Amino acid sequence: MSGTVEEALRARREAGGKSLVIYVTGALNDDFETTVLAVAAAGADVIEIGIPFSDPVMDGPVIQEANEKALKGGATPANILSRLQRLEVEVPLVVMTYYNIAAHMGLERFAQSLAKAGVAGCILPDMPLEETADWAAVADAAGVETILLAAPTGDDARLTAVSERSRGFIYGVGLLGVTGVRSELASSATEIARRLKSLTDLPVLIGVGIGTPEQAVEAAAAGDGVVVGTAVVARMLSPEGPQGVAALVKDFREALDASCA
Amino acid sequence: MELNENEALKAPDASGRFGDFGGRFVPETLMPACLELEEAFNESWADPSFRKELDDLLADYAGRPSPLTDCPNLSELLGCRVLLKREDLNHTGSHKINNVLGQALLAQRMGKTRLVAETGAGQHGVATATAAALLGMECCVYMGEVDVERQKLNVFRMRLLGAEVRTALSGSRTLKDAINEAMRDWVATVEESHYCLGSVMGPHPYPWMVRTFHEVLGSEARSQCEERLGTTPDVVVACVGGGSNAIGIFSGFADSPAELVGVEPAGGAAVGRGVPGVVHGSRSFLMQDEFGQVLEAESISAGLDYPGVGPEHSFLAASGRARYESVNDAEVVEAFQLLSRLEGIIPALEPAHALAWVSRERASLAGKTVLINLSGRGDKDVDQILQLLEKEGRA
Repeated sequence: MSGTVEEALRARREAGGKSLVIYVTGALNDDFETTVLAVAAAGADVIEIGIPFSDPVMDGPVIQEANEKALKGGATPANILSRLQRLEVEVPLVVMTYYNIAAHMGLERFAQSLAKAGVAGCILPDMPLEETADWAAVADAAGVETILLAAPTGDDARLTAVSERSRGFIYGVGLLGVTGVRSELASSATEIARRLKSLTDLPVLIGVGIGTPEQAVEAAAAGDGVVVGTAVVARMLSPEGPQGVAALVKDFREALDASCA
Repeated sequence: MELNENEALKAPDASGRFGDFGGRFVPETLMPACLELEEAFNESWADPSFRKELDDLLADYAGRPSPLTDCPNLSELLGCRVLLKREDLNHTGSHKINNVLGQALLAQRMGKTRLVAETGAGQHGVATATAAALLGMECCVYMGEVDVERQKLNVFRMRLLGAEVRTALSGSRTLKDAINEAMRDWVATVEESHYCLGSVMGPHPYPWMVRTFHEVLGSEARSQCEERLGTTPDVVVACVGGGSNAIGIFSGFADSPAELVGVEPAGGAAVGRGVPGVVHGSRSFLMQDEFGQVLEAESISAGLDYPGVGPEHSFLAASGRARYESVNDAEVVEAFQLLSRLEGIIPALEPAHALAWVSRERASLAGKTVLINLSGRGDKDVDQILQLLEKEGRA
């Protein structure tokens, strides 16, 4: 790991750029490590590693399929973390999984396992603000940043409270719906970015429903950057391999950089 | 608020917990909806006009109160007095209508125009489609592909009632996956849709709200028993998938000396084989592997084919107020035939689990009075049983 998530994203913002967080499904393929390194080299600021769960209610069909494939291939929380621990990546890593994966291992042990594997942050999408306290206490103690989601359905008071408890960045949910590529960027994406920017100084990144470099540029304009998942995972599921994934990430990076030039 | 055993069926604490179980583990997008629902439920339940509207519908539309039936032939065979609470005689054929009419009225009051539901055996789907038709609401029901196949009649019923039935193709393609799909739909349509959850599970306030809507069957059963027996029964038995019918009848006897027994399918024994876990919005007993991946349940009964259980049942099990047993599919088929032949009542496969346990435990139940919640009727299962018996050369 290289620094914290928040440091990396603030540095990008201070340099006048827009951040790019890339989601990859953990242990999806044998070339998972190569993919992570290629994604970092292609310009991701932070890489989000999905630890597959059998019942991913926040995810659409593509990430769901990737979860199932990884699980069938023997992916476990422990083996993904141990593969990450052996990997020297130049950007901070974040883990995204569901609450039961953490709870089953024991929240404290899970937090410590993340820290040991060099993972800087964690996203649990089925853990709303009200259920965060137990996890956040052990994550803070282990030095793991708890990244919370902020949704378009929240009022300003709720968005403020969520932003105050979030570490690393605040993950603005771009639309009402699950992860997946949409033909057009939802107006809610720029709206949630604008609202969050007016409420917090924490880096504001928008995810869910961002599938093309053009959509990324549009969403990032109102915030500090974007999280791209499904488009990347679809490429991981295709025969194009790590190079294909890297090419896609590079497209996103270049589009975001060009928009700030 | 700390709950003790005697207050077991009162209310969860402010975070929706029954002891260590419950809570609200949902995507952030849904939290405002959960909070709004909790507030609307509290306000409506305190409003006499809402209660009257619901009571009128339960009486004039759903056919409540449902009778209490003595089973002389079965009692003679088993050596204990068996009474059935006849939820199978409700409109749409199960206890599910109690909860659905309550939730549909509430959703309408909240300005929602669409009901989303999941269903296993189809009874909750049919009940939801019925309420939607009655109240002029749009309805979308998710059902696992396996269940669509084994419950064709209920799929047709739902479509006849104007509902859209969407097939869940992921995972085990049963109830668990139908719930995942319904939650995904709810995340995407939360502004216009109410998730009409069919059991005492999910995020707070669902377990508590659904139980409250089913308390009507428990309180009826309590007064019917007292009138018939002059006392409460020795044992109250109900099948448990998510556990809505069981919690409904348990609620009427929680403060009585009656022993409360929940009966799970052997292949879906969340209390018997589970450890605490978090899925579908709450912390409860859950069948899962060593890494926390949710296991697939296997049951002859689509309505009980679920690896988890409602959080209040976990609390009742942990506190010892209720106990949970399991029966296998063969025992269930036997009980299904037994009640049909001896009493002229064809039960759904779900309550046949409760009957199967009573039949198996007849020696220890000798001389006792046993109340079974007959949560649904068996029309939907007749075709499945016919095929099974034909295959075994027994039909």
